[in-house]
Amino acid sequence: MRFRAKIVDLACLNHFSRVINTIAKLAKTCTLRLTVSKLYFILSDKVANGGVSMWCELCQGNFFDEFQMEGVAVEHNEIYLELVPENLSRALKTAQSAKAVKIKLTNKHCPCLRVAVELPSLSSSSRIVTHDIPVGVIPRRLWNDFREPSVPDFDVSIYLPVLKTMKSVVERMKNLSNSIVIEANSNGEMNLKIETDLVSVTTHFKDLGNPPWTSEDGCQSSAQDRDLESMAEARIDIRKLQQLLAGQQVNPTKALCNIVSKRIVHFILLHEDVSLQYFIPALA
Amino acid sequence: LSRIGDELYLEPTERGLSLRTVNSSRSAFASFLFAPLFFQRYEAGGPPPDRELFRCKVLMKSFLGVFRSLPSLEKTVGKCLILLKPQASRLVVQLHCKYGVTKTHNLAFQECERLQAVFDTQRCASSLCAPARVLAEAVVHFPLTLAEVTLRTGPGGKIGLQNYVEDEAEPSKTMVTELWLAKDEFETVAVAPGSHITFCLKEFRGLLTFAEASNLPLTIHYDAPGRPAVFTLDDAVLEVHLVLATLSDPESSLQPPAANGVSHLPTPSEDFPDDLESYMIAMETSAYEEGSGVPPSPTFPLHTPHPAESNPEEEEEEEEEEGAVPGTPPHKKFRSLFFGSVLTPGGPSPAPTQEVLAEDSEDES
Repeated sequence: MRFRAKIVDLACLNHFSRVINTIAKLAKTCTLRLTVSKLYFILSDKVANGGVSMWCELCQGNFFDEFQMEGVAVEHNEIYLELVPENLSRALKTAQSAKAVKIKLTNKHCPCLRVAVELPSLSSSSRIVTHDIPVGVIPRRLWNDFREPSVPDFDVSIYLPVLKTMKSVVERMKNLSNSIVIEANSNGEMNLKIETDLVSVTTHFKDLGNPPWTSEDGCQSSAQDRDLESMAEARIDIRKLQQLLAGQQVNPTKALCNIVSKRIVHFILLHEDVSLQYFIPALA
Repeated sequence: LSRIGDELYLEPTERGLSLRTVNSSRSAFASFLFAPLFFQRYEAGGPPPDRELFRCKVLMKSFLGVFRSLPSLEKTVGKCLILLKPQASRLVVQLHCKYGVTKTHNLAFQECERLQAVFDTQRCASSLCAPARVLAEAVVHFPLTLAEVTLRTGPGGKIGLQNYVEDEAEPSKTMVTELWLAKDEFETVAVAPGSHITFCLKEFRGLLTFAEASNLPLTIHYDAPGRPAVFTLDDAVLEVHLVLATLSDPESSLQPPAANGVSHLPTPSEDFPDDLESYMIAMETSAYEEGSGVPPSPTFPLHTPHPAESNPEEEEEEEEEEGAVPGTPPHKKFRSLFFGSVLTPGGPSPAPTQEVLAEDSEDES
């Protein structure tokens, strides 16, 4: 089992750091899955995570100049590691002017991801800062826990409003209530509602647009059969939503959510080379 | 100074005004000595013939409050007068500002004894000098919350910095950051090969910020682990010393203690570092002029290591018999206390909280 990768381009490094920063804001510990072509940051929906789950996928070619991976076995050419993304975020934080960043899986006293940052210095040799981030190697028998979640059979799918706006609305609502209701219909309308004993606040968004989905077998998805105006809604923990929105450092190319009434809200945020899916279950 | 202690000790001397402080666990001491030339006018003592030098301490917060907003101070204040009025028990800080406005701050002070950490940079085996910028750039890679950092020498004359991981922390859970600086990044390097020292980063960062702002090179003097590390800045009108306790090492206890004729007192409290003999205070204040028969440093009794705490494999048993024990307090904590705060029985006592590093033994005398 081997892994080595190198980033030389500053823009790629910044981009990668931003992705890691976002992941770090969403999960304290998560699983990093490495394949020949992609990296995945996965949070599975255990009770410990409050039922939220996350699936973030990156194409390694868009970030790394060198990427070599040998998985646990030939027929299972992948590596699953458990790590604290905050550590990786910290290691990359002061690497913004680096000449190169190398990441390597090592096993000195315990398995670690060694991040070696080569920085320019006035002396004859570059300054090298190494960060050894402890990781846990996840054995093959547990890999099934980390399968890609399937898109749920949603009632409504709608594009999100401008994230910055949504974030500031949710942040203010967070001060008033612990839970928020997201409701939306297939007519491009979304409402964010909170209700307490003293006050109820609703923010209305319209003209958001609904993404076209075709199901695999070509028939119309059930969503299209719905009355356009009827709302699907779910009450979710407002802090989880706020965490998701606060973690976004760059505006996604596409941002949408799928609501399964009273069950779960599935957020999809797409950037050019990174896709992030985040599931927040509805509160009982 | 405010990053270190809560009280500011002011000591006017013939050599200049010394501002000092010590932290509550007495593991960090700093002093800034401003030469008379730094000031427009400097009068150390009272009117002749007395010329009595008076020292005092004030609350750091109160003093800082006077100089609260630096940018506005720079714009409005023409002159600043600092005056000690012993009879009125007040330290007066007067800011003469623009437009004829004079702001006078009267700060209550407490009389105090001389606050002096005992250290001798000449006796430090290793020293390094680097521009503040180089050290600041190195330290930036460590998280702000990091408590301790280890400085070590490495192959090729390189100097390394690594975050210190406590032994109790699980190695499989802690991130380790390490970097190496080349010899040529330093102005001078005179280090004992294979040496290392672990000290608290927080206070060091404070000094580093000051050094960077004043563009002064910073010199680090250190010796064996457990002995204090001294960080100095020097300038024509300013001398700065920061003395930090360092973590002692289980390995270092294998070395025989320096024989320097210090009396060995049994210690009432468990956790005292061993190698403090060298930090006995010279009796400098009037308190000891009475010639009390008390041995020079009641403050630094020797430590007889708790059997449970010391590393059984080491040869401490034999050395114990010699009476000089380089025992090992649980080395994760900075028990290393080098302090020589000369406190008289009547003087202010430190605030010993949990692990006491400097037990002022006024009670003993």
